[in-house]
Amino acid sequence: MATPIPPAVPHPTGPSPSRRRGGVAHRVGWWRHAVALLCAVFALIPIVFVVSAAFNPRGTLGSTTLWPSGAGLENFRKLFTSTDYGRWFGNSLLISAAAGALSMFASACGAYAFSRFRFRGRRAGMTGLLLVQMFPQFLAVVAIYLMFTWITARYPGIGFNTSWALILLYMGGALGANTWLMKGFFDTVPKSLDESAKVDGASHAQVFFTIMLPLVSPVLAVTGLLSFIGTMNEFLLANIFLTDPEAKTLAVGLYGMIQEGNRDANFGLFCAGSLLMAIPIVALFLYLQRFIVSGLTSGAVKG
Amino acid sequence: MTVPPRKPLGNPLGTPLGSAGVLAKALLLGLALALAIWGAFPLVEHRDWLALAVLVAATVLIFWGYLSPRRIPAKYLLPGTVFLIAFQVLPILYTVSTAFTNFGDGHRGSKESAIHSIEEASVSPVPGTPDYRLNLAVPQGSSPADGPLVLVLTDPATGKERAARADTGTVTDLPSRATLTVLTDPQAARRGAELAALRIADGPGHIRTEGLERAYVGAPARSYDASSDTLRDATTGTVWKADGTTGTFVTDDGERISSGWRVGVGLGNFADVLTNPTISRYFGQTLLWNIAFAVLTVLITFVLGLFVALSLHHPRMRGRWFYRALLILPYAMPAFAMLMVWADMFNKDFGLINRLFGLDVNWLGEPWTARAAVLLVQLWMGYPYMFLVATGALQAVPDEVKEAARVDGAGRWTILRKVTLPLVLVALFPLLIASFAFNFNNFNAIYLTTAGGPFPPDSPMAGATDLLITYTYRLAFGGQGAQYGLAAAISLFIFVIVAVISLVSFRRARAMEEVNG
Repeated sequence: MATPIPPAVPHPTGPSPSRRRGGVAHRVGWWRHAVALLCAVFALIPIVFVVSAAFNPRGTLGSTTLWPSGAGLENFRKLFTSTDYGRWFGNSLLISAAAGALSMFASACGAYAFSRFRFRGRRAGMTGLLLVQMFPQFLAVVAIYLMFTWITARYPGIGFNTSWALILLYMGGALGANTWLMKGFFDTVPKSLDESAKVDGASHAQVFFTIMLPLVSPVLAVTGLLSFIGTMNEFLLANIFLTDPEAKTLAVGLYGMIQEGNRDANFGLFCAGSLLMAIPIVALFLYLQRFIVSGLTSGAVKG
Repeated sequence: MTVPPRKPLGNPLGTPLGSAGVLAKALLLGLALALAIWGAFPLVEHRDWLALAVLVAATVLIFWGYLSPRRIPAKYLLPGTVFLIAFQVLPILYTVSTAFTNFGDGHRGSKESAIHSIEEASVSPVPGTPDYRLNLAVPQGSSPADGPLVLVLTDPATGKERAARADTGTVTDLPSRATLTVLTDPQAARRGAELAALRIADGPGHIRTEGLERAYVGAPARSYDASSDTLRDATTGTVWKADGTTGTFVTDDGERISSGWRVGVGLGNFADVLTNPTISRYFGQTLLWNIAFAVLTVLITFVLGLFVALSLHHPRMRGRWFYRALLILPYAMPAFAMLMVWADMFNKDFGLINRLFGLDVNWLGEPWTARAAVLLVQLWMGYPYMFLVATGALQAVPDEVKEAARVDGAGRWTILRKVTLPLVLVALFPLLIASFAFNFNNFNAIYLTTAGGPFPPDSPMAGATDLLITYTYRLAFGGQGAQYGLAAAISLFIFVIVAVISLVSFRRARAMEEVNG
């Protein structure tokens, strides 16, 4: 994916796009449709190819054409009978959901502290966070590998070939950026809201859980779901961590499927697997659209 | 919004917690304690006292933070901080410290373990000793699973038997096997690891075993002499001197033993990256392409995305929603899978591109076509995102501004060039920088399509489409012997480059906003 950043689309403001007063509204040029169609074709070619390969009964790369020559569910059937695809799917969903939810919660807590309290070390903490989140976690891949070698020797339950290892790792890696992002959102919630609640006797925990969290929940959802998608696609660390077929995630499992001379033979299988994997992502995308419009007000996406 | 019922202003110091709150707190603290205790056992077992001290300190810190009604910020910061330190800060610090060492294959452990492995590797049978047949046994009455091992050694020439006992460490003649229980093959196989680690002294050497059926008396040809800090080979007479600056044993003519140890090399790795001709050539070339890749990716995706957004940005155009849905599809497909599908579409023999256009181009086999192919894939993956954000930015340009320009007599083209585009650019500049920083390290985009290739015939280390991150990955994990120290040094270079570019650009972006806004 070209960018990990949430698609911070300032939502369409108001219902009245340039209705011109008095002037003669110029016609919709045919070129607009031509450009849109050309780009749509460019966007669709690889996707049609994947669909065609997934339903291609022969299942090889060499026999796959852009337009399917035949259709069968052979690849999908094989996916669930001859590979651990179902397990990989479960692992991926579990890891992505757990890492997303945990890091959202921990970042929301941190962001609340940075946004609402003044304490010693606040500035230093925020600067440190900014620096740390600029260091991409996978640059430290060697250190992470050695660290988890140490952990695996002591706690096999959260070591290599477990989902927990990746959950902890992804969660830790997302914390810095998410905390910064969310502090920005908390800052846009008026302070008078939580102050009046405090006057009414609410504790800091009540303010956090019953006032702040519900107010930023659309943003939480967008950020969380996007991190979910990013985690589903993460390959580098997962590929090092997971070697046991049963522990693999979709990315690692599907990658292994077309390695070592199986690229041609298993291509249909691979495409069928990718297509099924797209379903939760596309579903989340459709779900996200509503939140992007309602949640990311133009003020909140700045910075 | 419903207003919560006003509570009496109670205790002004501590904030009153409901009974549910107290219960939750007790439960969570109990869970933390249980986790800490669970974590302590393996540390005690491995005698990791330092790690145990850290664990105890962290637990105390957690209780200190949550048991007091004050220290409210700490309550919210602790969970994130613990994980941030464990899985982000520690790896970074470790990477930084590794960058100053020669850590890698052949330089993994301490000097003692290097000497040990060199001596072990030079063990050979002592001349004049027999090549024994081996049987494993335990004293009669002991369990075959964990009784003390007895190695029954049969001299094939004489048929005489000797017994090497693990518990006493002695070798004695064995007139009869009556006092022993000989293990069956499966029983013996289960104790193979134990057997391999067993060293029983016998005459000039130790009893060594080969598999479960052979044994001999072996002695190391190479031995370490601490007083002169040298390693000597008794059969050839070669002497290697320990070189503490490189962590290797070297002869006077410069011959090295491949097993060395880990030493600090100061700025050696960084100097290597910049000056060592075999490394710096690749580094420079890779860095150039890396920058070009990131800049071009942002540029082409942005230009196409903006162009499409402009085309669709017309209030009365039909089918906008339909087009939009189609155009966003590439963004929704699983990226890593689509990268590999693209790689197959560029396949020379049965790839879709060659078949579709009737070409016979070895796309991923030639440096420049491979680079073009990688950029085309990036364009496909990236422009839907740029289209999305550009559409948003276009819609956010206020109509009044355009109206004012029109009143001043500006034509459509002029308004677009002088009013709309600058406003859109200012709004999207931070996103473009973020996109650049991401693509600078876009591991998947290269590793899953070309894997860095094509490689020049003379060097398999750096390919034409390699980014620094894929090059680093190969240095550390490639088949050619891991060079963790060098890889860590390059990681730091990457970090500094990305951080500097991001910081400078963001500062510029802020300045721009101030000017325009």
